[in-house]
Amino acid sequence: MKKVIALSLALALLLALTACGGSTSSAAPASSAAPSASGDAAVDVIKIGVYEPASGDNGAGGKQETLGIQYANSLVNTVNVGGKDYKVELVIVDNESSNDKGPSAAASLVSSGVSIALGSYGSGVSIAASDVFANAGIPVIGVTCTNPQVTEGNTHYFRICFLDPFQGTVLANFATDSFSAKTAYSLAKLGDDYSVGLCYYFQQAFEALGGKVIYETFPEGNSDFTPYLTKAKNEGADVFFAPVSTEAAALIIEQANAQSLGIPMMAGDTWDSNVILNAAKGTKTDLYVTTFFDEGTDDEQGAEFVKGIKEWINANPTNLSNNGGDDTIAAVSAMGYDAYFTALEAIKAAGSADPKAVNEALWKVDYTGISGRIVFNETGDAIRDAAFVKKVNTETGKWEFVAIQGVN
Amino acid sequence: MKFFNENLPYILAGISVGGQYALIAIGYTMVYGILRLINFAHGDIFMVAGLMMVYFSTAMPLYAAIPLVLALTVLLGFVIERVAYKPLRNAPRMSIMISAIGVSYLLQNMALYVTGGLAKQYPPIPWISDIINIGTATTKRVTVITPVLTIVLVVALVILIKYTKIGMAMRAVSRDFETARLMGIKINNVISTTFIIGSLLAGVGSLLYFTNYTGVVPTAGAMPGLKAFVAAVFGGIGSIPGAVVGAFIIGICESLIKGAGWTTFSDAFTFALLIVILVAKPTGLFGEKTTDKV
Repeated sequence: MKKVIALSLALALLLALTACGGSTSSAAPASSAAPSASGDAAVDVIKIGVYEPASGDNGAGGKQETLGIQYANSLVNTVNVGGKDYKVELVIVDNESSNDKGPSAAASLVSSGVSIALGSYGSGVSIAASDVFANAGIPVIGVTCTNPQVTEGNTHYFRICFLDPFQGTVLANFATDSFSAKTAYSLAKLGDDYSVGLCYYFQQAFEALGGKVIYETFPEGNSDFTPYLTKAKNEGADVFFAPVSTEAAALIIEQANAQSLGIPMMAGDTWDSNVILNAAKGTKTDLYVTTFFDEGTDDEQGAEFVKGIKEWINANPTNLSNNGGDDTIAAVSAMGYDAYFTALEAIKAAGSADPKAVNEALWKVDYTGISGRIVFNETGDAIRDAAFVKKVNTETGKWEFVAIQGVN
Repeated sequence: MKFFNENLPYILAGISVGGQYALIAIGYTMVYGILRLINFAHGDIFMVAGLMMVYFSTAMPLYAAIPLVLALTVLLGFVIERVAYKPLRNAPRMSIMISAIGVSYLLQNMALYVTGGLAKQYPPIPWISDIINIGTATTKRVTVITPVLTIVLVVALVILIKYTKIGMAMRAVSRDFETARLMGIKINNVISTTFIIGSLLAGVGSLLYFTNYTGVVPTAGAMPGLKAFVAAVFGGIGSIPGAVVGAFIIGICESLIKGAGWTTFSDAFTFALLIVILVAKPTGLFGEKTTDKV
């Protein structure tokens, strides 16, 4: 009798588990499968892979980047290749922000036969999966991975955003120009390619401008940032630079407020997220980020995009929750949008869905998107020369445009 | 004095983190004392308590949400014991350990499903999350409350174990399972009580911890859980005062190490300490001598 109860309880647990598992796995393909169902066999399909995190440290940003791509796909979902209309279908995978799990997510894109892939948010996972795509001969467009190593030494990885050496220099220039900073405290996450890299380039540039940098790292899973904040205060730093993932950032902002840090905080493109806005709202922090795109842009094409995507996001509760619960448009969404159209340009220019032909065509793509003109140089990076600087208005919880900062 | 002023924030943070580890560590050490089981799911109960608070605080006022969260946390601990551990009471100890690991992953993955993998912002609790000044340091009030509350709860627990009937039964069960049963002690009630107390303390711990570190993620329980476990082993697993002392030592050392600039090694230190203790004094600081029953 006891055995029967035990067994039935175990079975109930198992059922509960499969019920959860089942609904998560069915939710993701449903969105990508829907367009193909209407398309059927009458129309041929070209698949574009979306290699982005939907969970883990970078889940929030990855979801917003994916939203930009999905929105672009909802506007234009056909491409004319060689006089024939093809339906464009997105294949979305979750790389879980993890360097270990990324490659298997990439492999599933390869096996589903994508012509080109977009992604990822986070340089580490992009680098981790680079070889999987290279071996399959599939070109990838990096959307917001800013570490130079992503495109270095390969011919299949492209990128439409600016690079960390540039971003680090911009931030260093901004710190000296706007705050006349002499000492900077910079904080990175141990083993995270993005934050370690950006801190390094920031330090290079800041020291070249005659400043002093105190550099520290924190380990994975750390949630007590008070020692780091105290150190920055004790050492008399003028700015606190922490280009870490949004998850850690929310904790840092909260604790900086509790500790009355009292100096400006700066970060790179990762912090351009409503996670940061929510964390900073109502606090006494002074917070600046560099980013790719500003929601309040005067540019006609950009303003039209902002209006369109806001409507699209508000119309669907799932999209709204993926965007963090409100309709603030992150720069990564704009970049995702541009990446999608860059990919379409390449497919058109290649005149075929063959990944190799698309790869060849990408070198010659010249596309002007909402974030500016996209032309690839010899390493496969888009040529960029300015970044937007935004600051948080802690009363309204919105971004305020500060300046377009170049390199002195 | 300058040295003290500069290091005060580290010490405060250390004491506060230590108190939070202590509340979790008691759950580990009590369950171990009675069942000889390391309840790997304990850190995740702590995380689930945090997550429930996030969701309930949006649906109801805090004075209703806090007791409800504590009650549900207790219920969760009770149910886990009944469903995942009780049927295995006569199975080899390894099976029940594996079952605990299973529960831990089940809770983490369910949290991942519910939250969609994104960090949830813990609601500010009035009064205890207010910002105060202590000497030269600025911090949240919770930092000061944590050690006091921890000590009060531990004293209450020790009194409960020493002077009440259920406490006596707990001590008897932890001495000798079989004999205690022969003497008419209702083993299942005693074990359930243990899990209820452990979960309640983990619930209180999560209130304090997440008020300080406001991001709740599915893996939020893993690191504090692991550290609390180290604290329990350090103090001598099975001993409640040991777990508390161990937790405070680990919390303060960790914070001071970060303050000294060796931030990279703060976690490594915790686990190195575990190895050193196990090699030098396998029973921990206050551990009982193992009397192998023949």
